[in-house]
Amino acid sequence: MKNHTMRRVLAAGAGLALAGTLAACGGSSEGTGEAGEGATAEEIEAALEEGGELTYWTWTPQAEKQIEAFETAYPNVTVNLVDTSGAADNNQQLQNALAAGDGVPDVVQLEYQSLLQYQLPGQLTDLTAYGFGELEDLYTPSTWGAVSQNDGIWGLPQDSGPMAFFYNDAVFTEHGVDVPTTWDEYLEAGKELRAADPDVCIGNDTGDPGLTTSLIWQAGGQPFRTEGEEVTIDLADEGTMRWADMYQEVIDADILCDIPGWTDEWYAALNDGTIASITFGAWGPGILESGVPDGAGDWRVAPMLTYDGTPVNAENGGSAEVVPADAPNKLLGVGFLKWLNSSDESIEAFMETGGFPATVKQLESEEFLGYESEYFGGQAINEVLAGGADGVVEGWQYLPWQSYANDIFADTAGQAWLGETSLADGLAAWQAENEKYGTDQGFTVAD
Amino acid sequence: MSAAPPIPRPRRGGRLSARVSRAGAGFVTPFLVAFALVFVAPLAYSLYLSLFRTQLVGGTRFVGLDNYAAVFVDPKFWDGALRVMLFLAVQVPVMLAIALVAALAIDSGRLHGRRLFRIGLFLPYAVPGVVAAMMWGFMYSDRVGLTGSLNDLAGFELLVPYTKQWLLVSIGNIVTWEFVGYNMLILYSALKTVPAETYEAAAIDGAGQFRIVRHIKLPAVRGALVIATVFSIIGSFQLFNEPQILKGLVPNLIPTSYTPNIYAYTLSFQGNQVSYAATVAIVMGVITAGIAYLVQLRGMRRDS
Repeated sequence: MKNHTMRRVLAAGAGLALAGTLAACGGSSEGTGEAGEGATAEEIEAALEEGGELTYWTWTPQAEKQIEAFETAYPNVTVNLVDTSGAADNNQQLQNALAAGDGVPDVVQLEYQSLLQYQLPGQLTDLTAYGFGELEDLYTPSTWGAVSQNDGIWGLPQDSGPMAFFYNDAVFTEHGVDVPTTWDEYLEAGKELRAADPDVCIGNDTGDPGLTTSLIWQAGGQPFRTEGEEVTIDLADEGTMRWADMYQEVIDADILCDIPGWTDEWYAALNDGTIASITFGAWGPGILESGVPDGAGDWRVAPMLTYDGTPVNAENGGSAEVVPADAPNKLLGVGFLKWLNSSDESIEAFMETGGFPATVKQLESEEFLGYESEYFGGQAINEVLAGGADGVVEGWQYLPWQSYANDIFADTAGQAWLGETSLADGLAAWQAENEKYGTDQGFTVAD
Repeated sequence: MSAAPPIPRPRRGGRLSARVSRAGAGFVTPFLVAFALVFVAPLAYSLYLSLFRTQLVGGTRFVGLDNYAAVFVDPKFWDGALRVMLFLAVQVPVMLAIALVAALAIDSGRLHGRRLFRIGLFLPYAVPGVVAAMMWGFMYSDRVGLTGSLNDLAGFELLVPYTKQWLLVSIGNIVTWEFVGYNMLILYSALKTVPAETYEAAAIDGAGQFRIVRHIKLPAVRGALVIATVFSIIGSFQLFNEPQILKGLVPNLIPTSYTPNIYAYTLSFQGNQVSYAATVAIVMGVITAGIAYLVQLRGMRRDS
């Protein structure tokens, strides 16, 4: 999530040179996943022992350490690491490579929300034939659900982002406001904070589509369904409306700062206590520790706010690694992927520097749960964060074109944050735009 | 600008001309190769792309001129196109007027620190557009920027650059800041071509400074003004950097179809619709060329 939005500003610059001619990419490649491919675990292991070269695209900060460990375990394999620096750049480069049919990586990182976009045109390898089905029990149900849609296994989960409520305890204490545990209390606490200090806001939001879809997910909404080429969009279902009704009050009460996330202004407002709380995925502690040094010792994490006291949660962000159908060294890629996201060595290297895993075993390990964070005043944060993974509502799906949908979110639903329209109407407009796009893209779209 | 020199009649026949044309070809070839590579090829490729449609389901197929038919009735395209036309109609005259006044002032010889002014005005043009947009983007912020300080000083919301009503003006301000110096330099160099004797003669005839401006200087810069206008028209129609950067700061105020270039960018890089984006780019290119040509034609006709 973080990189996705942050990169947008930079991508704008990078896009300049290209926008003139738009000739940089084009054409398309049909899925070339040939039938009858696959390998047993022994064959994969043998290929890794024999060795070779493979290319891995990622923006995971821990990748170098993981590769180091991999190359120690399999000295005959050389991994060429390409740092794609963020989800947006990564997707662009991957689209170009796939369209050109040249320079396609053997293993590449994809956000969960982008998987379908590549799976539907047949650009990903179905890992079922490589025996990946037996790995299912290693992962949390929601992350496994994200990589195994449309009757296939399209990747292995790298991390997960069950949401949690992060708050600056010092600000709440200073103004004598109780820390909320439900959305109703959130609204009240927001008003109290505003009344105590008009400059302080309980949160910030200008209509972040990633946060919005996660909050709809948490409220029990399931607005997007994809089955093969049939897409159903219903942004007025019960769960979605439950969120919209609640959040409309939050917007109307003017308790949020209109500061977009990941901007300098946002970091400044977090540092000086203007923004008192925030909902992040479980990757949040890393962001706060590196970006909000002034808040050290003041921030705490609590379970996600609920509607009625019953803990329910959703994921925000998170990625899997996949093997493209056109990967030149597919068998090696499959072997590397399997090691990367299911071996203890790799996952521990990933966690050492703040990665939040998707594997049940690591999430439940004593060492992980017992870790006391100095930044969070000695709080055992992983206990809270890992607890959040249990309550994630199952069955959520993103649109097959989620990144584009997120891009046009501000045009439509985003207007509700300006007060130009209501959330319900804004969501309806977003739905209409997506229905049109889906139809243009050859899907059968239904309400 | 004086009338163009008469075109020499081509000489007829003879070995000499054949040899000359061979030598000429040698000189022209490097240019033609570069021209074909960086100009013709991308254009041809864009044209080629615009005849297809790529879908997530169904892949790529030939659709003839369907994309063009779609662009002409696409409200998002026209929304952006009309916006840049409005921008052009307001921002370009303002910017060129400021540039002209600055050029005349510097050329008048009555300004202390002439060089400082010239460099100072030109300096913003040396700042990369993206950096300029980010810089202004922060200054416009009511919370951490200059705008906030000014509003605090005034005691009320004096400046509201980030509102629907004022956003285009805010962008116009950035663009003007960036390009006044560049246009000033074009106009200033045109003024420099006026021979000193002309001014001497005017002075002897008893013309004051304002008469000199009206009857000598303004006619002298007319050609340059037409060129500057044409450049500015092209620049306006290609508006991209400034709104795209500001979109990161005020996402809801700048839709993905804010300008035709942003629209094409979103379509191709986010929307996976390279073909349609190419069509948008081509249609906008044709409109830009048409308007620029009309302006040039009109500007030059008045000239003769």
